[in-house]
Amino acid sequence: MSKTILTVDDSRTMRDMLRMTLAGEGFTVLEAEDGVHGLEVMAEKGEETTINVIITDINMPRMDGFGFIEGVRKDERHRGTPILVLTTESDTAKKMRAKAAGATGWIVKPFTPAKLLEAVRRVAG
Amino acid sequence: MSIDPNEEVRATFYQECEERLGDLEQGLLQMEKGAHDSETVNAVFRAVHSIKGGAGAFGMDPLVRFAHVFETTLDDMRSNRLPITQEVMRVMLRAADVLSDHVTCARDGVVPDESHSAALVAAMQALDRGGEHAAGDAHEAQAAGHGAAPSAGSAPGLAAVEPPAPTGPREWQISFRPAASMYAKANDAVLLLRELSRLGQLTVTLDTSGLPPLDEIDPESSYLSWSVRLQTEASEAEIREIFDFVEEECPLEILPPAGAKTADAPPPAPKPAAAVAAAPAAPPPPKPAEPEASAPPAAAAAPAAAARAPAAPAAAAPTIRVDLERVDRLINLVGELVIDQAVLAQRVVEAGLARSSDVAVGLEELEQLTREIQDSVMAIRAQPVRSVFQRMPRLVREVCSMTGKPAQLVTEGEGTEVDKTVIERLTDPITHMIRNAIDHGLEPVAKRLAAGKPAEGTIRLSARHRSGRIVIEVSDDGGGINRDVVRKKAIERGLIAAGATLSDEETDNLIFLPGFSTAETITDVSGRGVGMDVVRRSIQDLGGRISITSIPGKGSTFSMSLPLTLAVLDGMVVSVDTQTLVVPLTAIIETLQPRTGNLYDLGSGTVMAVRENYVPLIDVGAVLGYREEAAPPTNGVTLLVESEGRGRVALLVDAIQGQRQVVIKSLESNYGRVEGIAAATILGDGRVALILDVDAVIACRRRLAYRAADIPQLETAS
Repeated sequence: MSKTILTVDDSRTMRDMLRMTLAGEGFTVLEAEDGVHGLEVMAEKGEETTINVIITDINMPRMDGFGFIEGVRKDERHRGTPILVLTTESDTAKKMRAKAAGATGWIVKPFTPAKLLEAVRRVAG
Repeated sequence: MSIDPNEEVRATFYQECEERLGDLEQGLLQMEKGAHDSETVNAVFRAVHSIKGGAGAFGMDPLVRFAHVFETTLDDMRSNRLPITQEVMRVMLRAADVLSDHVTCARDGVVPDESHSAALVAAMQALDRGGEHAAGDAHEAQAAGHGAAPSAGSAPGLAAVEPPAPTGPREWQISFRPAASMYAKANDAVLLLRELSRLGQLTVTLDTSGLPPLDEIDPESSYLSWSVRLQTEASEAEIREIFDFVEEECPLEILPPAGAKTADAPPPAPKPAAAVAAAPAAPPPPKPAEPEASAPPAAAAAPAAAARAPAAPAAAAPTIRVDLERVDRLINLVGELVIDQAVLAQRVVEAGLARSSDVAVGLEELEQLTREIQDSVMAIRAQPVRSVFQRMPRLVREVCSMTGKPAQLVTEGEGTEVDKTVIERLTDPITHMIRNAIDHGLEPVAKRLAAGKPAEGTIRLSARHRSGRIVIEVSDDGGGINRDVVRKKAIERGLIAAGATLSDEETDNLIFLPGFSTAETITDVSGRGVGMDVVRRSIQDLGGRISITSIPGKGSTFSMSLPLTLAVLDGMVVSVDTQTLVVPLTAIIETLQPRTGNLYDLGSGTVMAVRENYVPLIDVGAVLGYREEAAPPTNGVTLLVESEGRGRVALLVDAIQGQRQVVIKSLESNYGRVEGIAAATILGDGRVALILDVDAVIACRRRLAYRAADIPQLETAS
């Protein structure tokens, strides 16, 4: 059964890249352009679709990744949804902040398809 | 570590780069004007960050390296470590230019000019941060090192100790006790175990000794711990990596295989938060700690609906991306529709149906609808001129620094829309005109100050719609065209006779003549062998016109008027012999009736007197080979056209049928290239009509004339 992954990133390139790899592995991919949009998508699709994993960027307009993660965790239905943040290797502080906000794990940019799938597997089985 | 180069994503990346570079430039310009709010600075930061992110994925290392320094500098500005001064902004704007160069290089597969970017890296690093930068760098380097060593955390010493290459599987003793906070972040012990099992043989023991009685269980808490015996060849670092995500929330103990040397780290004490959550007493009721972690198992059982849902992006974005080819096909089809509709209308007329008949009325409605569809389809291709305008601030900066004349660029109407093909071909002429405006238009600073003008010149670039066309103007507040100099140059070059009386307007228009250059010396900036004549040619190729107005001491304005699309054309439908031809209306100045009295045979050809001038008369039918002998001119009509660089010419045709908008069909893709013909169209009666390429016809005629008589041409000054 296909798992659904929501990707939240303001960069179209990054979204395309995520979608390419994930859809190629049979995941259903939902996309959002920033935190606000991400929460909207979750509110809209969350009823009929179970979102199994969320992958989010940190630096985004309107609402950044931290705000988005906090928003997701506030929602009863999504308290237990694994959230992976996209981060750069040197951003230890950001990783910690993301964890504090409720992130499950992270994907270090730039990532290979293998790394991405591994991270997804590690949080979603 | 780069993803397979997937062309599609790559294309998206470059497209996005364009947009981001535009945002970057806009943001920096706003900051330069004093907008130092975090919103603006953040947007600028994000633009660079985003480009860097994508570039990293494609392994574009020089670009990433440069973007990284750029980003770091912006981050310093964002967090107030680096004050935003004019000097800083200048460096930032130049950095944006270099970043843009890097993107271009990456796209074109060219090796970027590292010296350029190294200079800017140095400039950015030299910006005064009050000594904090070095510290920041060191921290960053350390952090990077940290990230590279997966076992970080409580025992950094371990990271450095890479265990000796193991010989065969060894048995590790691993125990971990997840805190409630680990589950709260959607991590799950079962997944950790599953990951461990991927490394080798696993023997798991669940420790339920921490479980309180059932009625005391707090479903949000954590009571269980695991100890695992793992037979594996993997190193400790690999094992620790599995716990990477949870190191803070899942105290972990790894006992090495007997005999292996290691600096064992005692497990850190559970976090106080976890301790609070954990119930004190511990009788052992059933095991389910997992369901308590609630969502993950539920999530694993994704409903079938998910499988059926298409992978369509959920984005409620107001735009969609469509392959240009599809749009072109649609436009083509609508073109066919317009033609068919015209054919049908003609048939109805031929059938003798009354205008008030139901068929005719219905047809009229269809015509209305067709026209609306056509307009709507054309609108799909329409894009704001912003993409072209956005490139100009950089150009202005470059030209200013080259000429030493300070200037600011003011743009208006960036949102004005025009067909994509038109936009693509606008960049060069606008670039050239702006270059000219600064180089030739603006006076040197001293002269400006003497004239009571601000030292900084103003270049205004504007776009607006006017009666179905787009008008783009480039104006400067410089000295205006020096007509005496222009006239002198024109006489020197033999473009006009020494005693010719020219109106101011005519004098100004001399600068459009080929080979005209008013600069005393050829400068770096404008002297590239391209004159205003080239600008005019490219505008005319687009079916446009260019004009100039100049006020001495106040400045000059170049105004271009262009069609909104290249898919339809306003044409004059004419008959030549048995053929019907279309002459682009933009080329025609007026129509004239030739009379015996104003025609003069020169042996090699005929000239016609048009008021006080003589213009060559060209028989279109003869040039295109419809008839052997030139027809007697007095039987036909002449169209006075402005030709490229060869002055005015009178084209002789048999009759004028009328004026109408025609849908342009490529002749090359449907048939083949025909000399003297630009394209084709289909008329209401279903016949194909060729669209005349006026310049090509004149060129044809010149060649024919050369062949006929070896005498110099009269129609040009050359």
